[in-house]
Amino acid sequence: MSANLTYVIVVGVLVAAGVTLLLERSLTRVLMGVILLGNGANLLLLTGGRAGGAPIVGTTDPEQMSDPLPQAMILTAIVITLGMTAFLLALAYRSWHLNGHDEVQDDVEDRRIMDLAIRDEGPGTADIEVGTGDGDDDGPAGGARPGVDVVEAGRAG
Amino acid sequence: MTYLVPLPVVMPLLGAALTLLLLGRPHAQRWVSLTVLAATVAVSAALLVQSSLHGPLVVEVGGWVAPLGIVLVADQLAALMLVVSAAVTLCVLVYSIGQGMADGHEETPLSVYHPTYLVLTAGVCNAFLSGDLFNLYVGFEILLVASYVLLTLGSTENRIRAGTTYVVVSLLSSVIFLIAIGLVYASTGTLNLAQLVDRLDTLPDDLRLLLQGMLLLAFGIKAAVFPLSAWLPDSYPTAPAPVTAVFAGLLTKVGVYAIIRTETLLFPGGRTATLLLVTAVLTMVVGILGAVAQSDIKRLLSFTLISHIGYMLFGVGLTSSLGLSAAIFYVVHHITIQTTLFLAAGLVERRGGSTALDRLGGLARLSPVLAVLFFVPALNLAGIPPFSGFLGKLGLIQAGVDDGGVLAWILVAGGLVTSLLTLYAIARVWNLAFWRTPHVDMPAADDAEQAARTEGAVEPDRGGQSGAVLPKLMIAPTLALVVLGLALTVVAGPLFDLSTDAADDLLRRTPYVDAVFPGGAP
Repeated sequence: MSANLTYVIVVGVLVAAGVTLLLERSLTRVLMGVILLGNGANLLLLTGGRAGGAPIVGTTDPEQMSDPLPQAMILTAIVITLGMTAFLLALAYRSWHLNGHDEVQDDVEDRRIMDLAIRDEGPGTADIEVGTGDGDDDGPAGGARPGVDVVEAGRAG
Repeated sequence: MTYLVPLPVVMPLLGAALTLLLLGRPHAQRWVSLTVLAATVAVSAALLVQSSLHGPLVVEVGGWVAPLGIVLVADQLAALMLVVSAAVTLCVLVYSIGQGMADGHEETPLSVYHPTYLVLTAGVCNAFLSGDLFNLYVGFEILLVASYVLLTLGSTENRIRAGTTYVVVSLLSSVIFLIAIGLVYASTGTLNLAQLVDRLDTLPDDLRLLLQGMLLLAFGIKAAVFPLSAWLPDSYPTAPAPVTAVFAGLLTKVGVYAIIRTETLLFPGGRTATLLLVTAVLTMVVGILGAVAQSDIKRLLSFTLISHIGYMLFGVGLTSSLGLSAAIFYVVHHITIQTTLFLAAGLVERRGGSTALDRLGGLARLSPVLAVLFFVPALNLAGIPPFSGFLGKLGLIQAGVDDGGVLAWILVAGGLVTSLLTLYAIARVWNLAFWRTPHVDMPAADDAEQAARTEGAVEPDRGGQSGAVLPKLMIAPTLALVVLGLALTVVAGPLFDLSTDAADDLLRRTPYVDAVFPGGAP
């Protein structure tokens, strides 16, 4: 079986555009990237099966039928992508609701530990005086309001 | 007995539907979830006994014959995984009920917890039982979608931030898996694992390597293998303690299971053995160095989780019977122990008000029960004799020595160093959180008891001492898992025999194929 060149090129373009968008900071663009990637993968699945008439007994000669299995798999994948799109939209909306933007943020705790290393205050000295430089509000997440702490630390960094 | 095979998938799904109908009636929800998961444990145990006595059990879903329909296969490896994960999910469910997660705690108010948790269980079981690549994908998606919801429960700012990274990375791995499936189907015309065994052998070598690489990449992200593991310590620790515990125990191990399955059944011969061994040693060493640098218990444990995935890859990469059986033993051990440690970390958070090491101290005196619950699995994780962690590492190192190659010796050294550094990281937690003089910010015993009362803990009134401030329903499942971890040591002999049997079946490949196609593969 030889693959259809048009399909292959379209899949390539979709995946390339999807990956580019996936690398963006804004969650809405990431969502677009996920949709394009998903469509690219679906089209690739379709390319894997034989092309032909509708695979219904009685309407098409069995030799002329297209392969129905990739189509069934694509239907499943489309449903999953639909659910994920809805979920990501909800995440983006919630993020916008909380922060006023929908940008994917860095791992704050990771950066805090890197700062400790730069100031040569390894975690081994935690019992003496960690966090003297940045006061209480910039300390590690925990206590009563972990979310607020981390976000403040993130903005400070 | 084949009618038992679909039950670990079907029962949690039906249970999820039932708990969804019972929204707003937390009491009924709890009993449904508990019953369903207890039944899943029983069925899984029965499957393990049956499959080790009579070989793999196969069910053709909907009565469609094998290459056309989907098959569910319960061989020894799958059944063993099912038993351990069902037991762990049951314990974590009890713990989360004890934490009051299901009955209107402020931060996690959602009665959607029970249905989602059951769907997660169904997804995990489906992935273990699947005898078909696309069904494996569906299993992964079920458990991932449930995990997205659980990770962002309550949608607080912190969880949304961490959840975003997790969701995007998981979606990417799913797309890679889907593309790999498309390529496998295009090149072989089937997705049935047993049928793929023969058809993949006839493919050109470079094409096989491409397919193998794509699948490894997809599973490597899910299993948090080193260069693909950065998402894990960022996202897991922000979730509620029981959710983190069940994720840490199960989700990465489903990825490891998929790697074991595809590497042995579909792509034997160890063409990627070198790649696996190199990533194994990097995962072990880089992971544990990350753990040493952390100053928060949950994050530290997340890094040890990544690090110990390396041990399992080590066993798979050796491609010997001993290596593989030690890897299977290690998976069983690690599911139990890592979950226990995260549950203990949840107890620390409840008792000390935080999991940050610089805010904790003196817990050993304040809560001796908690100290024991943390200390035993911690030593087990580090591999102190005679615990199961030691036995698993011993098996792996023996397999490495038997292999005798340069890379195998490097891995043996890496494994020993990782074990030592694990002990160091764990000892640091112990010194700072448990032995140090109590921190001034720490709530004293009376205050904590007071706080627990106002929070409506389950049984704050019984027993006068400090351990009593922790709800008994949280202590009991943690204790049960600690005991299960110790039991793994006691029954290590039979368990290792079982994993050796499973490994031999995997390496021979014929038991699996013959069970699916009794009359020979079409």
